[in-house]
Amino acid sequence: MSFALTKDEDRLVVDVDGQLVVNNRQEFKQLVLDEVEQGVRLVVIDFTKSAYIDSSGLGALVSLGKRIRDAGGELRLAALNEDLRTLFELTRLDALFPVFATREAALAGR
Amino acid sequence: MRFSPSSPPAKPRSPVVEPVATRTARRPVRRVQMTAPRHDWTIASDVNQIAPIVEAVAELCAAAGFSSRLCRLNVPVALTEALANAIMRGNSNDPNRAVHVCAMMETEGLVLEITDEGPGFDLDGVRYTPDDADWLEREDGRGVFLMRKLMDQVESCRATGDYGHTVRLRLRRA
Repeated sequence: MSFALTKDEDRLVVDVDGQLVVNNRQEFKQLVLDEVEQGVRLVVIDFTKSAYIDSSGLGALVSLGKRIRDAGGELRLAALNEDLRTLFELTRLDALFPVFATREAALAGR
Repeated sequence: MRFSPSSPPAKPRSPVVEPVATRTARRPVRRVQMTAPRHDWTIASDVNQIAPIVEAVAELCAAAGFSSRLCRLNVPVALTEALANAIMRGNSNDPNRAVHVCAMMETEGLVLEITDEGPGFDLDGVRYTPDDADWLEREDGRGVFLMRKLMDQVESCRATGDYGHTVRLRLRRA
């Protein structure tokens, strides 16, 4: 499990490699929050390499989304597989985050 | 009700298992497995211990013929939730307390028992749902909801012996 950050001015893409779950959600949150404090306003979480997330991972996204909105930015999700879409739909959190097919689409906002 | 849109309704199964005493000499003796295959693990109260257990149970389910969706989504997420609850809530992350996991492959499906050393809690009283006003704002409180959605049955009970509290998850094959 690892997170790769790609930053371009005030835009950040986070690649989640593996599961976003209880034992790494704090690391994930802190990595993103540090960047938000440095001025990042658009955060795209790319789940291309992720199989599933648990309630802790979902909670981390909810918390981050709120912090980023409070800072005047937005958290977007990209490349959700079928299982991840199911989890977001079950929990209705798909209503909370803009979801895009690819990271490129998420960065472009379309 | 388990969320499994692509799965057909589970078919009732009625395995024919004759008691030994009713067999006659004319009938061939069949080998009948009278007890479900059982696997046990005991881990420390450390969330880094969760992944290997989840992987092992998912492999058991795959070998037992569960659908790939159940093996890659329902089982890993529900078991992760149960283990995280046991470690963080039940055992309060106390490294001196253990969590015991038992996986049994029964005829109808998988039974998981996750036992911690905590005082337990009223599982039936945990009823957070997406209809709650603060659902989209709160960071926690979705674990039991997900377990109920992804498993066919979720129940809790006082554990036998010295351990404290057990959560039992059941999942039919599909």
